[in-house]
Amino acid sequence: MAVQRNMDPKKTPMPVQDPMVRNHNFEEVALGYTYEMAVNEAKRCLHCPKKPCVSACPVAIDIPAFIERVANEDMEGAYEILTASSALPAVCGRVCPQENQCEGKCVRGIKGEPVGIGRLERFVADYHREHSAQTPKMPVSNGHKVAVIGAGPSGLTAAGDLAKMGYKVTVYEALHLAGGVLVYGIPEFRLPKAIVQQEIDNLKAIGVDIETNMVIGKVLTVDELFEMGNDAVYVASGAGLPRFMNIPGESLKGVYSANEYLTRVNLMKAYREGSKTPIKKSKNVAVVGGGNVAMDAARCAKRLGAENVYIVYRRSMEELPARKEEVEHAQEEGIIFKLLNNPVEILGDADGMVCGMKCVEMELGEPDASGRRRPIVKEGSEFVLDVDTVIMSIGTSPNPLIRSTTPGLDTNKHGCIITNGDDGLTTREGVYAGGDAVTGAATVILAMGAGKHAAKAIDEYIKGKQK
Amino acid sequence: MFNIIKKEALNPTVTRMVIAAPLIAKKAEPGQFIIVRAKEDSERIPLTIADYDREAGTVTIIFQIVGAGTMELNTLQEGECVHDFVGPLGRASETEGLKKVAVVGGGVGCAIAYPVAKKLHEQGCEVHTIVGFRNQDLVILEDDFQAVSDKMVMMTDDGSHGEKGLVTQALERLISEGNQYDEVIAIGPLVMMKFVCKVTEKYGIKTIVSMNPIMIDGTGMCGGCRLTVGGETKFACVDGPDFDGHLVDFDEAMHRGTMYRDFEQHAREESCNLLNMEVK
Ligand SMILES: Cc1cc2nc3c(=O)[nH]c(=O)nc-3n(C[C@H](O)[C@H](O)[C@H](O)COP(=O)(O)OP(=O)(O)OC[C@H]3O[C@@H](n4cnc5c(N)ncnc54)[C@H](O)[C@@H]3O)c2cc1C
Ligand SMILES: Cc1cc2nc3c(=O)[nH]c(=O)nc-3n(C[C@H](O)[C@H](O)[C@H](O)COP(=O)(O)OP(=O)(O)OC[C@H]3O[C@@H](n4cnc5c(N)ncnc54)[C@H](O)[C@@H]3O)c2cc1C
Ligand code: SF4
Ligand code: SF4
Ligand code: FES
Repeated sequence: MAVQRNMDPKKTPMPVQDPMVRNHNFEEVALGYTYEMAVNEAKRCLHCPKKPCVSACPVAIDIPAFIERVANEDMEGAYEILTASSALPAVCGRVCPQENQCEGKCVRGIKGEPVGIGRLERFVADYHREHSAQTPKMPVSNGHKVAVIGAGPSGLTAAGDLAKMGYKVTVYEALHLAGGVLVYGIPEFRLPKAIVQQEIDNLKAIGVDIETNMVIGKVLTVDELFEMGNDAVYVASGAGLPRFMNIPGESLKGVYSANEYLTRVNLMKAYREGSKTPIKKSKNVAVVGGGNVAMDAARCAKRLGAENVYIVYRRSMEELPARKEEVEHAQEEGIIFKLLNNPVEILGDADGMVCGMKCVEMELGEPDASGRRRPIVKEGSEFVLDVDTVIMSIGTSPNPLIRSTTPGLDTNKHGCIITNGDDGLTTREGVYAGGDAVTGAATVILAMGAGKHAAKAIDEYIKGKQK
Repeated sequence: MFNIIKKEALNPTVTRMVIAAPLIAKKAEPGQFIIVRAKEDSERIPLTIADYDREAGTVTIIFQIVGAGTMELNTLQEGECVHDFVGPLGRASETEGLKKVAVVGGGVGCAIAYPVAKKLHEQGCEVHTIVGFRNQDLVILEDDFQAVSDKMVMMTDDGSHGEKGLVTQALERLISEGNQYDEVIAIGPLVMMKFVCKVTEKYGIKTIVSMNPIMIDGTGMCGGCRLTVGGETKFACVDGPDFDGHLVDFDEAMHRGTMYRDFEQHAREESCNLLNMEVK
């Protein structure tokens, strides 16, 4: 069916909660397209024969094909195309850094704004969830068992794919809830936990077992997982170990790692009225770092009632690694960006409470190994930022629990598991790994992509062994 | 689900629970801990594995009712289940090669010290224990310690049981009487451990302490349990909880421990009110 193309240079705007209302609540910020908006936006796609957008999507979703279904109001058809490549479209539509991926290569972006691929993906997934009564079908068993370590996006994706191929999959999760960063890190206002829960329920419906409270390396080792009859193990334990700056004052009361702050808020529900989880009531908060994690921590602090929340980042806006949309949302909500600033010391009062943060101003010099311009300290620029809480958000690395208890599993100097590339095979036979545990902190979609590749490789490995 | 097989009060504020957790019982070693959540929306509470029975598949915990979380845990009865029970976390205490050790326990810290004392005893090490309590009513595990010690000294602050005085006095006495310890293991309140370390430093005796900072995940993910040990940042849940006491920055740890004092006070009062209402 021929569709009337929409030549508006701008994306159909996303309805959002008013910034000054939403910075006091934990409800979702972006409200999602209506049916009409989605169809209207879908008509902006030019169906380019070379599909540059697809090449920039880590899981190669057939973007023009799914968008065409939306334009033709075939939402189920669109959903099928999405789920052929992505296990969690409702999640990726919300949290993918689209501007660097699919939308960054969209032809419509050359003269105007790119097609709102992420927004359409989200719409289709949400529409399916709300309108489809289909219950997932139980696959036929092939008699083989696979164990997955970690119930984040990577582990869940691998588990889903393997279960669909007929494997009996058990996912072992250290925390009391499945979901990984999707539940303990990314806040409710960006990714409602009910959506993650439903994806997990769908996996359970196709026979995936999820065992929480199971710290692998402690309760069971990888060797024991093999002894229990698993033919292969997929390690997707993420990169949760927080880094600190090693500056004076980091042990003062009121200094958090972003993980601790976000875990208290999200996993332990400190954001709810009457929660049993303690969290500091802060007035002035500095969040050190410029990634998604930093934005989330800052926006949580604001929502918990802080008056002034600063993002302290040592480079400029251009280098800020967070998703563009989150930076804009944070700015609208009144987060103050102190760019080209770097902390050198956290100051404490007699009680050991944070009472300020000493910073220096930075300038950008020559590009360094990463290609980004290296920040250099401006002489004599020292000043004290008046804060009572500091949240360190300068990166994480994989925790040592698995590498220290699994003989034959090699890791690099950052503690990341070494694999032979795409299929995730580690230095140990039958053990595959992917997601943040291999790459260090990265993105949801890359973690999912790794899960998909590993599931395929594991299937080939197990089938190969039978011959 | 983790069934509470047995529950008993050791003193008015300390409870012992035996919990069915076969996988954990199989692996548990002295020095390790578990994290328990009493109910669906409870806090995560770290507690030391006070004992385990690999055959019966049970793990024993001993906890002091200090705040809202432990109060809630204490509302559960025999036959009921705790919602979450995860472990064994942390590193096991190193006991290999030790021939003569002084184990110093203070208050509920004795629950943490007992499994190490027991293990040392079982491997043929000479164990001297010094346990301290505020008064007679708070004494726990006296017979248990007696059974695994070659020598035992009971101290109370007010002299209502055993000798009057502090554990550090008893330790100094034993050392000056000529006892040569390979190691001293001190577990109790931070101040107690700090002063035990001051004593042993004088005599150059290696001293291990068990650090119990505030924890959330217990897997090295939040960094909330960090301590400064020998000038380096360590995470108690994965690098500890045992550390070389002469390297630990106790003053910093004491400061960090009071982080949520106001919040806890409030939560505790609320729980008390709830309990009172239930009683009425
Ligand atoms: C606050 C925050 C915001 C983010 N925002 C975005 C965003 O907007 N867009 C985006 O694309 N990415 C974002 N990311 C990054 C993204 O979430 C991660 O890259 C992704 O979750 C990695 O997935 P994973 O499955 O590899 O690991 P994780 O999601 O970390 O999951 C690993 C799981 O393994 C468990 N585990 C660890 N050790 C063990 C063990 N020994 N035994 C059993 N289980 C274990 C952990 O508890 C965890 O549940 C964000 C990250 C954070 C922290
Ligand atoms: C590795 C480890 C082993 C432990 N073993 C035992 C044990 O065998 N028996 C025992 O009685 N207690 C033990 N504790 C201490 C116990 O975890 C705390 O008493 C308990 O968490 C307090 O919870 P609450 O909600 O009842 O009290 P709250 O009202 O929250 O706090 C009361 C006091 O406990 C401290 N505290 C609060 N939360 C924690 C936490 N998550 N971790 C540590 N301290 C905290 C506070 O600083 C405060 O001083 C251990 C702690 C750790 C870290
Ligand atoms: S998964 Fe991410 S990169 Fe791929 S199309 Fe969807 S939003 Fe774009
Ligand atoms: S590049 Fe943009 S316009 Fe072209 S097919 Fe992809 S989404 Fe459509
Ligand atoms: S308890 Fe979170 S890192 Fe130790």
